[in-house]
Order: sequence, then C-alpha cells, then structure tokens
Amino acid sequence: MLKTLKKIFQIGIITEPVDAPSSPETEALGKACQAIIDAKFNGSLAIRQVDAGSCNGCELEIHALNNAFYNLERFGIHFVASPRHADLLLVTGPVSRHMEEALRIVYESTPDPKLVIAAGDCAACGGIFGESYASAGAVSNVIPVDLVIRGCPPTPMQLLTGLLSLIRS
Amino acid sequence: MGTPNILFRLLEELNNRQLLKADSSIDYCPAVDIEPIHWLAVTHMIQQYQARFAGLWVKELDNAFYVIACFYIEKNYLFVRTALHKKTPLRLPSLSCLYLASSRFERHAHDLFGIEFTGNEDSRRWTRHQAWSANQYPLRKDFPKAGYSTGKTPTDKTYPFLQATGEGVCEVPVGPIHAGIIEPGHFRFQIAGEDILYLEERLGYLHKGIEKTAEGKDISDLIHLASHVSGDCAVSYAWSACMAIESALQITAPDRALFIRAILAERERIANHLWDAAAICNDVGFAFAYYQLGRLRELWLRTNAQLFGHRLLMNCLAISGVQKDYLPESAVQVIRQELKPLEKEVGELERILNSNASLQNRLKTTGILSSDIAQAVGALGYVGKASGIDFDVRRDAPYAPYHQFKIDSPVLSEGDVAARLSIRLKEIVNSLQLIDALLKDLPAGDYQTGWKMPHRATSGIGIVESWRGELLTFVGLDSLGKISRYFPRDPSWFNWLALERLIYHDIVPDFPVCNKSINGSYSGCDL
Ligand code: SF4
Repeated sequence: MLKTLKKIFQIGIITEPVDAPSSPETEALGKACQAIIDAKFNGSLAIRQVDAGSCNGCELEIHALNNAFYNLERFGIHFVASPRHADLLLVTGPVSRHMEEALRIVYESTPDPKLVIAAGDCAACGGIFGESYASAGAVSNVIPVDLVIRGCPPTPMQLLTGLLSLIRS
Repeated sequence: MGTPNILFRLLEELNNRQLLKADSSIDYCPAVDIEPIHWLAVTHMIQQYQARFAGLWVKELDNAFYVIACFYIEKNYLFVRTALHKKTPLRLPSLSCLYLASSRFERHAHDLFGIEFTGNEDSRRWTRHQAWSANQYPLRKDFPKAGYSTGKTPTDKTYPFLQATGEGVCEVPVGPIHAGIIEPGHFRFQIAGEDILYLEERLGYLHKGIEKTAEGKDISDLIHLASHVSGDCAVSYAWSACMAIESALQITAPDRALFIRAILAERERIANHLWDAAAICNDVGFAFAYYQLGRLRELWLRTNAQLFGHRLLMNCLAISGVQKDYLPESAVQVIRQELKPLEKEVGELERILNSNASLQNRLKTTGILSSDIAQAVGALGYVGKASGIDFDVRRDAPYAPYHQFKIDSPVLSEGDVAARLSIRLKEIVNSLQLIDALLKDLPAGDYQTGWKMPHRATSGIGIVESWRGELLTFVGLDSLGKISRYFPRDPSWFNWLALERLIYHDIVPDFPVCNKSINGSYSGCDL
C-alpha cells in the first residue's frame, strides 16, 4: 500500500491544459465549453461510443481521452454504457452492413435532443474501405451526423478539439 | 527455418504413399499439392507428426478454387494445397475432426467462396450475416465489389445459437454493441444462476470486405490497407504483408530497414501490452494501475508520433524497406533514453501489482485455460505462453533481423488471467532489452531498395510474431503486379476459441476481465 501511495504522490497530477502544444485558443475553448455544458447539459455530457466497423485504431485514441493527460472527465464529459443515457453518439468506422441496423437502433434509442459525431476518416467518408457489398461507407449514409472529425485515427487532441467545438456551436 | 528432419520425414512418407501430385508449381515453400480425395488422409498424417494447424484459405485462379491449409511442424511451416475445378462439385472433407480450429476457417471459406466442407459439425454461417444471401459468394471473381445489396441491411436475428434448456437455465445475450469502448461482437451465455454453462461467440459484425477491397490494388496500396486491418497491430500486419510480397518477388529489404521494422514491431508490442495490462487491472477496479500504465503508454505513443510521425505507427513500412530513415542518431538517442526508465517503472509497478492481495485474488485462478485446451485450439501469443505453449515465431521460425538475436520468450503454466498479465509484463521488459540490442547493432545503409514488378502471376506468405502472436499473411499477385488475393490470418482466430473454453469455471461478472486478458482482435478476424 505504501508503495502505491508513494507512486501516486511521486507522479502527481499530470493532466495537461487543453492546449495542443501550440494552440492556446483551445484552452479558452475548453473553458467556454465547460460553461456551455454546465448550462445546456446540466453540468455533464454523456457520450455513447459506437464502433460501427472501425479497425479499432480510432477506439484506441478515444480511450486515450480518458488517460490522465487528457482527462476528459474534467469538462464534465464522460462515456456511458447505454445509448439511453447518452447526449452524444461518437461513431467510428465505415459502417459495416452487418452493423448498419444496430447503429440505427442505437440512434433511435438515444433520447432527443442528441448529437452525433462521426470520428475518423472512415466514419467521415468510408476511408480506405469505402463502400462495398459489406460496407455502407460514411456514418452519414446511415444516421444524421452533426460533426465530422477527420484523421486516421484522429489524435486525442483532435478529438477533444472537435468535441468541444461542437458543443460550443 | 531450423532442422528440417521431421518435415523431411513427413514429406518422404507422403511421397512414398503417392499422396503428392507430381506437377506441383507452388510459389511459396515448403508446399505440397495434393488431390482433393487425399485432403483428409494427408492432414491426418500431418497430424501424426505433431503438427499445429495454422489456418486455411481459398484462392480462385482461372478454372479452379485452390484451398490451402497451413501447418506448423517443429520449426517449419508446411502448406498443403488442393485444387477444386469449377466444373466439379466444390466440396472437401472438413478438417474439423482433426483440428478444432479449422471449423471457422471453413465456414468463412464457405460464406465467401461457396466451398462446402463435408463433415464440419458446425455448418452454420459465420462471416455472413444478412448483407448478402446464402447463394452469393462475395470473394468469387464474378461477384462485383459493390455487391447487390440495395436498401437497408437487417440484423442477423435468426442465427441459430446453441441453447441450453432445463430448470433455472437462462440465456444472456451480450452485444454486438458492448458497454465499453470496444469492438462489436456478440456473446451468448447459457447460465444457471451465476455459473456459465456455455458461451458462444458470434463475430463477423466488422466484416467490411477487406479481402475483396484489396483485390486489384497496387502493391504499395495493399501495404497501406494492411496497416488498417486491425488498428492496434499496424506494424505487424504491414510487415507480414511486405514479407509475403517480398518473398513472392524474391527481394529482401536492406538490413537497416529490417532493424527499423523490428524496432517498430517491438514498440507496437510494448504499447499494446502496457494498455492491456492497464485495462485488465481496470476491469477488476484497480484504477491505480490503469492510470499509471496508461500514463506510460501515452508517453510511449508521443515518442512514436515524434519519431515515426504516427502514434499507432500506421503507414511506416514500405515494400523492400520502410517509408523513411526514421532513426538518425538523434532519434536513436531519444529511444535509448526511454528504455531504462520505462523498464524500471514497469518493474516497480509489477511489484506493486504482485503484492496487492485483493488484485491478485481477482486475477489468480480466474479464466483458467489448461495447457491441453490451449494446445487443442492452437492458442498463440500471450494466451498460449501463459498456458505452457512455448512458441514464438521470432525464435522458433526466425526471420530477419531476429535470427541474429537471442529472443527470450516467457512461458508460464497457470493459464489464468494473472498469468496472461504476467506474460505481457515480461514481454514488455524483453522487448525493451531487444530494442536496446537492435539499436546497438543498427546497421548503416539504405532504408529502402528498388524493386521490379514480377510480370507473372505469383504469390507469397509472410509470418511474423505480432504482439498478439503469430500473424500470417497470404498475398497473390497477378501478371500485372496487382493484388489478386489478400488473406491475413490474425492469431485471434485461435485465441477466440480459447476464450469460449476458459470461461466454464467462472461466473458472468468475470467475463469482462477474461475477455480483456485474451483481447482478441475482432476486426482482424471479421475482415
Ligand atoms: S479512420 Fe483510420 S484508424 Fe479510424 S477506423 Fe478508419 S482506418 Fe481505422
């Protein structure tokens, strides 16, 4: 136990201000968003992540948002286990036809008003997999999308910036 | 590839019994051509030589479908091929009576090529859900890439799961969408109280036509695609695809490039093991380890971005080399400086994990995979190593540059979640030391060499030790140098079978941590 505590104190708090090393405006964005989340979403924004056909690369970077450096929860943003608890769907991948209906059901199960982000190049346009007998391509081919975050995969900072900009708009 | 004695004896026996076709013309080796009627008998004989089954796939060429099975026999791979002519019934005996794992490969081959494997006890669809119909076969050359589906694709509601019946028995469906941020797949539990009677996996949700999409691509585009089959395994997929093509074209990457590839592959192994170790601890509520190991991983990925231009190391490899000379002296210094501190911290965290009684209580004896079952399903990577299967491609069927190094591969016998965690932590340390050794001997020279199109149809196979274990890739090229066939075989094809079987003695609430300890790739198998 002592070793554990020692490690915790030694490392301290490593969470970084949301400024991509060179963009101080993001921190301002973060602050502005917090105010909006407070006002519009009652202090917390719940995200349901849906992998609709991704290669899992996007998921790894979405996961990273929860590590101590990015610490997404400090803005009152957190991931939830059910679409019924969600304000926002964060969808990755070209939508495989085998996931198409599941994605629709998730969308319908999410209470209104809801937001949808298509994260990653695949979600944006089908990416390198495109459309085929097995892939329906872009997320917007299946459900309405409010914001696209490009990248293969988008970095945690790109995800965070995109997320915050959507909330602000 | 090691001493060929056993393989020679086997080939001799097959030859003596006149089971080999005389006019074989296979581009990769060692490989044998046989008649379809000998398919089962030959495999049976191969099994007598203690061979491990390592995959099965199909390739269409002109007027036939070629079915290829791969076996590993004491430090050697053997490929067995048979041709089914289109005018004859497309039928072969199933190998599932000899090798459990062949069943899903056969179901995949059936769904996509329409080849029937008689005697496969499980003849249900596997990769196919409802995106195409039972009499359409998307990987046949006459099936258009766009397919025929119009309108919405329904869910596969009617898939016939095995059901347990009896008083107090009930069924728990989980997925395809799970509670966490993970890939989709379906798990069907038959339970009595909290005890799991039976677990059945249903995958294929991520099937997005990768094998079909690859066809017709240029070689360099295929390497790009390979980086995105299973996003946590970008280097290994690209490396095995490069290796397959390089062997087909009979070219080799320069030494410096091979060393850089190995450093990339070890970095990928370390990043994923750190993350898995974090997530396993998190699944039993030990947040401390999740944050500490997650911190180490994030720092590691940032160095990836700084030196290799991508946090997950996607798109770093090229045919006959790597994309850039990533390792000028300054970069070597950056990597060196990370090695010792990370090794020290991992050691320190390992001691904390090992001395935390409540954590150990949750991980030990949970999800035990016996060595017999591991052997029967052909478990690979950390899953096999934690259950006494001492196999690592880098050491046992070594490829450059690993053949120049001593590869320490850990092995344990407990087979529980704790053992799978422990193997990962040990592999992190081994990989750190290996990177150090690779840097010490890093050769000067080119990072890429020129190569020529083959101008004849050819094919090749690449096998590497990815962070999940042995990863095999088959690539076929047509006479214009375009991809005619791409089949990557993820180690998870086997480890998924292990997950179904290690859960019997456990309860449903232990499933997440058991699943995490296997961490099979969904996208790598669904293709
Ligand atoms: S955008 Fe890139 S990382 Fe994300 S799912 Fe597509 S291929 Fe994978």
